[in-house]
Amino acid sequence: MATREVRRAAVRQAFPDEGLVRELPGGDQQTFVVDRGVLWDLAKHLKEHPDLACDLLLDICGVDWWGKREPRFDVVYHLYSLRHGHRIRLKVPVGEQDLVVPSVYHLWKAADWFEREAFDMFGVRFSGHPNLRRILTHDAFQGHPLRKDYDPGQRWLLREEEQYVPSWAKVAQEDEDHFETQVLNLGPAHPATHGTLRTVVRLDGEVITEAETEIGYLHRCFEKMSERHTWNQVIPYTDRLNYCSPMINGVGYALTVENLLGIQAPPRAQAIRVILSELSRIMDHIVDIGANLTDLGAMTPFLYLYQAREEIYSLLEACAGGRLTVSYVRIGGLANDVPHDFAEAVRYLLKRIPPLIDDMEKLITENRIFRERTEGVGKLTAEEAINWGWTGPCLRACGVPYDVRKAHPYIGYDQYDFKVPIAHTGDTYARYLVRVEEMRQSLRIVEQALANLPDGPIIVADHNVALPPKERVYTEMESLIYHFKLIMEGMKVPPGEYYGYVEGANGELGFYAISDGSGKPYRLKVRPPCFAIFQAFPHMLKGHLVADSVAILGSLNIIAGELDR
Amino acid sequence: MTNDVIVCNPRPLRFWQRLYLVEILKGLGVTLRHFLGNLFARKYTVTVEWPEVKREYSERMRGRHVLLTREDGSPRCVACYMCETACPADCIHIEAEEDPEAPVEWEKKPKVFTIDLLRCVFCGFCVDACPKEAIIMTREHEMAFRTREEAVIGLDQLLYRGPLDQLDMGYRPYYGEPRTQIRLPIPRQPSS
Repeated sequence: MATREVRRAAVRQAFPDEGLVRELPGGDQQTFVVDRGVLWDLAKHLKEHPDLACDLLLDICGVDWWGKREPRFDVVYHLYSLRHGHRIRLKVPVGEQDLVVPSVYHLWKAADWFEREAFDMFGVRFSGHPNLRRILTHDAFQGHPLRKDYDPGQRWLLREEEQYVPSWAKVAQEDEDHFETQVLNLGPAHPATHGTLRTVVRLDGEVITEAETEIGYLHRCFEKMSERHTWNQVIPYTDRLNYCSPMINGVGYALTVENLLGIQAPPRAQAIRVILSELSRIMDHIVDIGANLTDLGAMTPFLYLYQAREEIYSLLEACAGGRLTVSYVRIGGLANDVPHDFAEAVRYLLKRIPPLIDDMEKLITENRIFRERTEGVGKLTAEEAINWGWTGPCLRACGVPYDVRKAHPYIGYDQYDFKVPIAHTGDTYARYLVRVEEMRQSLRIVEQALANLPDGPIIVADHNVALPPKERVYTEMESLIYHFKLIMEGMKVPPGEYYGYVEGANGELGFYAISDGSGKPYRLKVRPPCFAIFQAFPHMLKGHLVADSVAILGSLNIIAGELDR
Repeated sequence: MTNDVIVCNPRPLRFWQRLYLVEILKGLGVTLRHFLGNLFARKYTVTVEWPEVKREYSERMRGRHVLLTREDGSPRCVACYMCETACPADCIHIEAEEDPEAPVEWEKKPKVFTIDLLRCVFCGFCVDACPKEAIIMTREHEMAFRTREEAVIGLDQLLYRGPLDQLDMGYRPYYGEPRTQIRLPIPRQPSS
């Protein structure tokens, strides 16, 4: 594994000029401030140099320093090396007048939608990007919403006739036999799209020849909203990102802020977080597999698996008070201790879930009809998947054993014995197999975490972070003051930045938080795993039948709440 | 790294798996087991026959809010604006006035206290924020309104003056032992 010094030397050797590439001291990960003139060369160097080997582009986002700094904007890149396991952050400062940055699309295709998002939200233009248009907002939208001087009260109306139609869809086309091809909208409101996603396809007979996807129908301004709320108030919003496994989002967000604060949740809170996260992961896989099978006409496994999901929801509700919107995590721990019969209930679930998975497997796994529908459909090689920025079960189904829980253990995942399931075929069937095995591995983690569930507090005792216990608020002046300060002003997170990441049910869920020392996040960027996954979807469709598009979409597990934020 | 990986590549279909018939019978076996189990013993189902039968939720369920009162029937709320500030959805609106009957001088009480239940996200942060144990949540979650205005409930609907043991209390501050009980498997008939 290469150290920071080795990486620094590797960068310095190609870019000796301090004025062009400068390393920032310290920080949660190695950060270079890059002049945009050499961005392309440096990115290429980072990707190709054997000591750097940053093959995975995780995230691109903008940061607005309006009134605080010149040049006004930063474009921030988060890179990861699957070979060495290191992370590198690049910051490209750009001024408002000449807001252009070279596109890295031709190095990492993952940049496609992330660059479009930065363009949409901040107005940064990426020269060389093949299709730079708005992505989360619509075409009648004016201004760039995440700029600090944007007035959030404005409303923009999109008329139906202004709706985006790809240029290729406007022209009629004939195939070689002079049959007219057909342009078809899959979605936005279609039962097989699982959320509001729109895919425009051109059909030659039943074969898809061209496709383009439009998203943003469920955009709820998560990032803008978080800038106007205190750090703790963001937690209910995180529940609504990936609403199939809300617990994992909360844990990811809390971990990011805890790292910024330099604190750690107590061991009991961590173990409970692990148990509930893994149960949430099982729930998420249940939804994905169940919905995917339903789309292919197999309703039964869906109903079998949802029994388990229903009971996990009951457990979450008894712990947190909400079934889906749990809001259970707090920065520094958890909101409440679990009920006294928590262990009993989890043991019941550990006995209850495996037979249901077995029954589903008996019906589906070796089912010839299912295998013929899914094998070889939506196939992606490992190189392509990495290039598209895939993570999670979809990447592992292509044969890359990258799992954040193993590669960078957090909340004590290194104490548990579990395996990372991979497959090598990279098709829809492989993604199904990987998910099924992951559910079993998650159960193993839950079992181990439950066996070693420690006693103790469930939230840190630091009253600058966590609310004091209620009985002391009622009786002690000092606790009441802490309580008041935390509620009215929010916790004071020291200035700095941190990229926190957890293994979400779809892949690496990242939170890039910047604090300016006030009670609210200055900038909070979510790196949603299915955003990177879904951008490959229109490219995967070409050459497949319409019916296959449903199978592929289901297996990618696109959650619109997380995709559009 | 390699020890931590489990490869689950597709296995080639065996001969009898290629013949549909054996597999169909095996599949029928599974579905028949579920069918009969549900028909005679409701072995697998987790559903209840709503609305005749209703699920009982835990004592942490976050439902509609109530404002508790003191023994003399006046609201416990002192209009400190903590819940309004803590609310991530901005659904609470308070206007304060001086309480002339208070034993101490300059005590406040709410003149207007409204909650817009359509805006509310039921996160329970208002309950966490309250320093007086004035606002708590009930388990009432079946709320329907004819108009948007109807969903904005004021003091008259929020204040609860009856005995506490008759209130269907949900999420509320507690200290000491964790109170709620998990009921798994999900009971088909509520206990009450």
